[in-house]
Amino acid sequence: MPEKKIRVLIAKPGLDGHDRGAKVIARALRDAGMEVIYTGLRQTPEMIASAALQEDVDVIGLSILSGAHNTICPQLMNLLHEKGMSDVTVLVGGIIPEADIPGLKKSGIAEIFLPGTSTQDIVDFIYKRVSRA
Amino acid sequence: MSDKPKGPTPTLTPAETPTSERQPSAKELAWEKNTLQPFLEKNPERAYDFTTTSGHPIRRLYTEADLAGRDPERDLGLPGVPPYTRGIHPTMYRTRLWTMRQFAGFGTAEDTNARFRYLLSQGQTGLSTAFDLPTLMGYDSDHPLSEGEVGKCGVAISSLADMEVLFDKIPLANVTTSMTINSPAAVIWAMYLAVAEKQGADWKKISGTLQNDILKEYIAQKEYIYPPAPSMRLVIDTFEFGIKNTPKFNTISISGYHIREAGSTAIQELAFTLRDGLEYVEWGRRRGLHVDEFVPQLSFFFNAHNDFFEEIAKYRAARRIWHKAMTGRYKSKHPRSCALRFHTQTAGCSLTAQQPYNNVVRTAVQALAAVMGGTQSLHTNSLDEAWALPTEFAATIALRTQQIIAHETGVTNTVDPLGGSYFVETLTNEVERGAWDYIDKIDAMGGMVEAIERGYPQREIAEASYRYQMAVDKKEKIVVGVNDFVSEEKPLEILQIDETVAHRQGERLRKLRAERSQAEVDHRLTALRNAAKGKENLMPFIFEAVKAYATLGEVCDAMRDVFGTYEEVAIT
Repeated sequence: MPEKKIRVLIAKPGLDGHDRGAKVIARALRDAGMEVIYTGLRQTPEMIASAALQEDVDVIGLSILSGAHNTICPQLMNLLHEKGMSDVTVLVGGIIPEADIPGLKKSGIAEIFLPGTSTQDIVDFIYKRVSRA
Repeated sequence: MSDKPKGPTPTLTPAETPTSERQPSAKELAWEKNTLQPFLEKNPERAYDFTTTSGHPIRRLYTEADLAGRDPERDLGLPGVPPYTRGIHPTMYRTRLWTMRQFAGFGTAEDTNARFRYLLSQGQTGLSTAFDLPTLMGYDSDHPLSEGEVGKCGVAISSLADMEVLFDKIPLANVTTSMTINSPAAVIWAMYLAVAEKQGADWKKISGTLQNDILKEYIAQKEYIYPPAPSMRLVIDTFEFGIKNTPKFNTISISGYHIREAGSTAIQELAFTLRDGLEYVEWGRRRGLHVDEFVPQLSFFFNAHNDFFEEIAKYRAARRIWHKAMTGRYKSKHPRSCALRFHTQTAGCSLTAQQPYNNVVRTAVQALAAVMGGTQSLHTNSLDEAWALPTEFAATIALRTQQIIAHETGVTNTVDPLGGSYFVETLTNEVERGAWDYIDKIDAMGGMVEAIERGYPQREIAEASYRYQMAVDKKEKIVVGVNDFVSEEKPLEILQIDETVAHRQGERLRKLRAERSQAEVDHRLTALRNAAKGKENLMPFIFEAVKAYATLGEVCDAMRDVFGTYEEVAIT
């Protein structure tokens, strides 16, 4: 029996439409054997939290390039907490100033992947984190 | 969209030499046998395949054999005359340098006005406005979806009052302004024209460029509001309005930049952009406009990526294809319709967060390619591009990069300096052939709107983007400082936009709504809504609404009521 596949929701919150990164990650995780659901563009934190609950995912990957991370991430983390989904691993990829990283991690974001990260590093991180849990 | 007429297939076949038909001279064959082979036995090459950034194969050596069957008269000609391969002006930069047009915008209108005036004081020769995401999506700064995004990726403009501040003490009669706005382009342009009117500038004389390219939004950048048909109607409304009222304004900048940033190859960028251009020409004709009446106001916008020669070939091929299409398909007689004018921006996606000072070098090489390719205007990215909007320090180096190319390198002394190079001419031919293949495919689908609805260009770009990322991950392509030559570094000082911008904008909107005549606004918005239901040109209605200080969000909402909104089927 193969192990149950890790389920990942790749989400693109905010108004930004630059989805190159989100799409590449979605495909790389799928190629690495995960079940990937891509939300499409312009998802509010509420929409992302509901989709995560509905799809029963292990991981949420947020792609944020617009500078809105300090608004979006805490909102999403609160919603996940309220819905009893604090065990979901939340990752952020995109353009995040180094100074903002400690605050995001404090809000519960498991890891932040900056430009230049190889897709393999993200795959490895997820396998390590989710199989340990 | 089934009522759209199909464009005729191209009458001229693109120039090409498939490798299999390549016939080297006896001299070249002898060189291969007597010189090359013995050399390679002792000194093997670094790789089996050499390819461009886009994955296009490159031969070891190009000779006359690659250009066999070429007609220099037909394919190259001379600068300033058809087919414009060598440039659209007879003297190019010997008469006038390209316009140095740095894209700028952040925070409130006051913040950006100060940056504009700084850049002009530093020798910049044209303005280019970056709007924030709420503005690009047609939302006011105080809309719930704007939270966290106000002033972050550009300047926040919610009404004519903001636009008045943005261009305060900048005489629009003398400065050309480019505005990177697409779905709400007609609304922002109306605000700009209202400011020009208030300043007493003559609409017939003012010049600038509206990006206004909705097709590439569906394909790549994804900042769309309405479905394709009403969006295209708005674009053609601006064309029609421009012909009558602002003959010197480029009412569209048909953009490959974002297609490339989304991960396309150079050939895809070229092909999709030019096919978008032909789509606008088709829709203009359907409106009853004559080609040579509106096409002279169409301009283009390309990316300048890392692969030096591939980029130069792309610009040269672009001019040749456009000339062929306009004369072949549309029998255009007007030189301004057939000569492709373009702006270039160096490739943001090529810049790295790691070792950011290296980005100055990348940008310089990319900018050089744009100049060698005959660009009409240029934006050079700042070294902190991968982190944030540029600091004044970073923006100044970016501008200085252009000034060094213009005044120190000598590349501006002659027209099309690489013309006649076996390699550049061959690559130009190959890029052209690749682009025609795509254009033919999209023609066969019934046009670009149909191709977009099928997800065709989106899928092609996603494929190319994934291939590239895999090549980088496997180190088949080296990115200095990222997957090789890595070193420790200190964090860069970057521009941070805080939430006070959103508060200031919210305050300003509250004041605006309290002070303006609500009756006048309601009246103008109702008129716009009614016109949107019919077939009239909407520009005059939008203009009257913004002059009454209806906000961007209100005007866009009036059209949302009638047109609805668009949601794409996401492709991964």
